[in-house]
Amino acid sequence: MQAKIILEKNKFDITIKRLCHQLIEVHNDFSNTVIIGLQPRGIYLARRIQKELQSILKNKTVHCGELDITFYRDDFRKKELIPNRTNIDFIIEDKNVILVDDVLFTGRTIRAGLDAMLAFGRPNDVELLVLVDRRLSRHVPIQAKYIGMTIDSITTQNVKVEWKEIDGKDKITLKDK
Amino acid sequence: MSHLSVNHLLGIKQLNKNDIELILNTAQNFKEVINRPIKKVPSLRDLTVANLFFENSTRTRLSFELAQKRLSADVVNFSASNSSVKKGETLVDTVNNILAMKVDMVVMRHASPGAAIFLAKRVNAKIINAGDGAHEHPTQALLDAFSIQEKLGSIKGKKIVIVGDILHSRVALSNIFCLQKLGAHVKVCGPQTLIPKFITSLGVEVESDLRKALEWCDVANMLRIQLERQDIKYFPTLREYTMMYGLNKEILDSLSKKIVVMHPGPINRGVEITSDVADSQQSIILDQVENGVAVRMAVMFLLAGRQGN
Repeated sequence: MQAKIILEKNKFDITIKRLCHQLIEVHNDFSNTVIIGLQPRGIYLARRIQKELQSILKNKTVHCGELDITFYRDDFRKKELIPNRTNIDFIIEDKNVILVDDVLFTGRTIRAGLDAMLAFGRPNDVELLVLVDRRLSRHVPIQAKYIGMTIDSITTQNVKVEWKEIDGKDKITLKDK
Repeated sequence: MSHLSVNHLLGIKQLNKNDIELILNTAQNFKEVINRPIKKVPSLRDLTVANLFFENSTRTRLSFELAQKRLSADVVNFSASNSSVKKGETLVDTVNNILAMKVDMVVMRHASPGAAIFLAKRVNAKIINAGDGAHEHPTQALLDAFSIQEKLGSIKGKKIVIVGDILHSRVALSNIFCLQKLGAHVKVCGPQTLIPKFITSLGVEVESDLRKALEWCDVANMLRIQLERQDIKYFPTLREYTMMYGLNKEILDSLSKKIVVMHPGPINRGVEITSDVADSQQSIILDQVENGVAVRMAVMFLLAGRQGN
């Protein structure tokens, strides 16, 4: 089946801008808040949000880290996994952390992310931001606080977020596996 | 390639270039992990690993044990000196008894070449060779390669000389295989009596003059004289060996370029290498030790990942 585009171009940018404004409503000037993108594909959303926030907040520094969760996954003996780079050059102790990923599906990645994050300290508060929430497909009780868009899909479908930086174009597609 | 082509780590000979690169890349991730405030990840929390050391070891054993603990594996240790081996039990029996207690992975050092291969054919567990006689010591070669890569950026095209007791060294053989697979040029240097007769068939050159070898190389890996394996005298005196093949600051400083100095340990200071060289800026001996933990974590992580296959 042809992949169906469910979000692209202007709407894609507007969605990210909206998420940033929602974040600012809660976190003001980000003086005690950091962003952590989950490898491999959450980091592009995290970087985009960091850039957008810095421009809205008139060049105030917003810390953004990248976290790899391979070693914390619960399915590591079921499939071959390649670790990515973890790059967190700040302390998250007592900080408000916003975990960022592209798609929220079963919730298992986020569960592993929460575990992995604790190796860097005890945060004050953790929130989850995702671009796409695949509703009704959760395996663990995890919900996002900030959601770009919600979609209903079945497990045989695949949702992919593509990024200008690596795929050439910003878009979200839905496709049968 | 995201997985190893082998089920056990028996020697570098059995690995291909992709395997080695995969291990080194994964080790890079683990090096980041062991430099975090909390150095532990839960990847192997459901596995039990037995460390069977039929031969003495400090560094390798400690390094393996730390690696296992940082991967959250359960660890049992065994050394031959206080075991039933002394009462006449065979290797297979000893290991099968340990495996009957539900052990998933075995790290073994043994004085007989091929002991790990022998075991891998007979028991149902992942085997990691931590040194088998004068045959192979694969994790040492991998951590040496990792350390060279970290220091010099890459291994391809680099010139590496291994100096000393090549005849009795498992580090030398594993290093030769590993470095050649990664595209390095390897020379060995030492007294003729300590150079194996057919070593050139592996594609390495032999140089008997230490200074010439050092002038040629980018990296010098200084090996220890393994007196415990030498049944006859291979050179007149240690003092003469040191004069001919010992690396001192005077030689090091007189070279036309700054070479990297390595040593797999334990060092006999004042024999193959002097203290001022071992502690100099050009030495990466302690980096090798640090990298050893990361490399061994990578090896066990990747082998354990093949569990379900």
